[in-house]
Amino acid sequence: MFSNLRSIWIVFLHMFHKRETVLYPEEKAHLPPRWRGRIVLTRDSEGEERCVGCYLCAAACPVDCISLQATEDEEGRRYPEFFRINFSRCIFCGFCEEACPTDAIQLIPDFEMGEYHRQNLVYEKEDLLISGQGKVQGYNFYKVAGIDAGVKRKGEGANENKPVDIKKLMP
Amino acid sequence: MNILFYLAAGIAIITTLRMITGTNAVHSLLYLIVSLLSVSVIFFLSGAPFIAALEVIIYAGAIMVLFVFVIMMLNTGRDGVRKEHELLKASTWVGPGITSAILFGEMLYMLLTPSFHPMNRPGIPPAAVGALLFSRYILIVELAAFLLAAGIIGAYHLGRIEKRSHHRYLKKEEAAL
Amino acid sequence: MIENLKYIILVLAIMLALVLIAAGLIWLERRMLALWQDRYGPNRVGPFGTFQVVADMIKIFFKEDWIPRFADKKVFVVAPAIVMITILMSFAIVPFSPSIGVVDLNIGLLFFLAMSSLGAYSVVLAGWASNNKYSLLGAMRGSAQMISYEVFMGLSLMGVVILTGSFNMRDIVLAQKDTWFVIPQFVGFIIFFIAGIAEAHRLPFDIPEAESELVAGYHSEYSGMKFGMFFVGEYLGITLISALITTLFFGGWLGFRLLPPIVWFLAKMFGFILVFILLRASLPRLRYDQLMSLGWKVLLPLSLLNILVTGAFVLYFNKH
Repeated sequence: MFSNLRSIWIVFLHMFHKRETVLYPEEKAHLPPRWRGRIVLTRDSEGEERCVGCYLCAAACPVDCISLQATEDEEGRRYPEFFRINFSRCIFCGFCEEACPTDAIQLIPDFEMGEYHRQNLVYEKEDLLISGQGKVQGYNFYKVAGIDAGVKRKGEGANENKPVDIKKLMP
Repeated sequence: MNILFYLAAGIAIITTLRMITGTNAVHSLLYLIVSLLSVSVIFFLSGAPFIAALEVIIYAGAIMVLFVFVIMMLNTGRDGVRKEHELLKASTWVGPGITSAILFGEMLYMLLTPSFHPMNRPGIPPAAVGALLFSRYILIVELAAFLLAAGIIGAYHLGRIEKRSHHRYLKKEEAAL
Repeated sequence: MIENLKYIILVLAIMLALVLIAAGLIWLERRMLALWQDRYGPNRVGPFGTFQVVADMIKIFFKEDWIPRFADKKVFVVAPAIVMITILMSFAIVPFSPSIGVVDLNIGLLFFLAMSSLGAYSVVLAGWASNNKYSLLGAMRGSAQMISYEVFMGLSLMGVVILTGSFNMRDIVLAQKDTWFVIPQFVGFIIFFIAGIAEAHRLPFDIPEAESELVAGYHSEYSGMKFGMFFVGEYLGITLISALITTLFFGGWLGFRLLPPIVWFLAKMFGFILVFILLRASLPRLRYDQLMSLGWKVLLPLSLLNILVTGAFVLYFNKH
């Protein structure tokens, strides 16, 4: 009986406490930088697309919301012909980001993507691609990769040896 | 006043008839409740507001709720409706019909006798009812009280169940209580 | 003729005001609950979110009024009407101020008890007519709860009746000119308050509806305006119990000269409504057997004792 009265009194005193609610549209909640929100495709330090169209993100996606088609330009650089994410299916798990070998696909702290038509939630490559480098600055896959795709010649990378001439006997 | 009386009386008669002839038990009970309410209106009109209120509180409000409660639990359904249809044969209702017709005739005779005026009497205040109950009818009140007390004790005795808990901790707790 | 017309307008105005108060309570309750739970509650539509009720009303009016195929149609329709009718009828005896009030019945208090006992039907019939397990369970609990709490709701008021010597509400208010009845009838007040919460089936005694276990109990199957009637009926019930506590134990319209009587009455009434909401904010729901044992083993003997002691005192000091 006494504990009931005490709890009533304590609840009554909550009248004078600060309210916990964040009034959302006027006052935004703080989202940490690694928050998993809208998915973007980033560019490398030269401003070229990072995505190499390896399909690992589409394979990792548990709800199969990513679809893409890889292609190559005349210099042999791989890039996606189209890249489509259906955000009405996406569960923002971040597996695609973990799977991506070139840090191209990234989740950014933004969740305000409400739409009136479900079709508008299907984002194409031009909607996904941003002009920055996202969370990984200064990384360019083709600078460290062993192939020549117009960025650097074979063996001209920073910590890279010259390619071995298989016709010679010298080590 | 008279219009109100006849209205209430008419409703009482119609609803009682519907209650008897109805085949759905719950619907019949609802008609009975309406009938009780209209009887209480008649009590009110004839200057006995205390009895009118008690009629609603005790009959319509408490006893009939229990009836509805029990009928609800019985879950009669279609079988019940069929059985009720069988009860509406002439052979079942002729006997009670005749006896109630005699009662009705008696009541008509009383009403039509010019010296008998049930209406237009002064209202009876609750205090007068109480005073009469506890002076002239004290024996009846006491007897009713005894009956009710016996009923309550009996219900308590019958309704008591030995609590058995299979959990050893709860057993200990109960022993402590 | 003019007198009659005035009276009809008064009655209609009281009814309209009550329904409006009940609708406003929906907003008030949400705001107050939010305040006690460190939230804001509805604050978007209109000033302080007051138009939220209007928006909800419009929505509920345009909802499909659906009757389940398996329901008992007639009873299903009648049940929500019973709540509104009985509670609005009960307001007839409440004297809001010396001049405002519907009827001056000499069995006023009994009339209220009669109406509240009829109110039990709405729960029972709604639960039965819905033809749904959860609704039926809610109806069972509701009928048992309401019947048993009516018993000592009536008994707890008898102390007031003994002190006044009348069932008339105006007499009861006038008898409190010197001291409000809370002081001599404190036990009666507590019992009536608890029984009133149970009659209005509010938390912590809301086991007939019990959202978390019975999915809204007896009104699970209701939608549209029929549900709206149950909803408004619940708030009307709160208003009714608060108004009665005010009249019976807190001197009704009596107060200092500063303000008109109706303001005193409304202020006291809203105070009790807030207590109702505070109880909802702070107490958990009772279990069914706890409710029954509280009623029959604690409150009933207490109310009988209260009558006995009050009667003895009145006889000893020979007030009448």
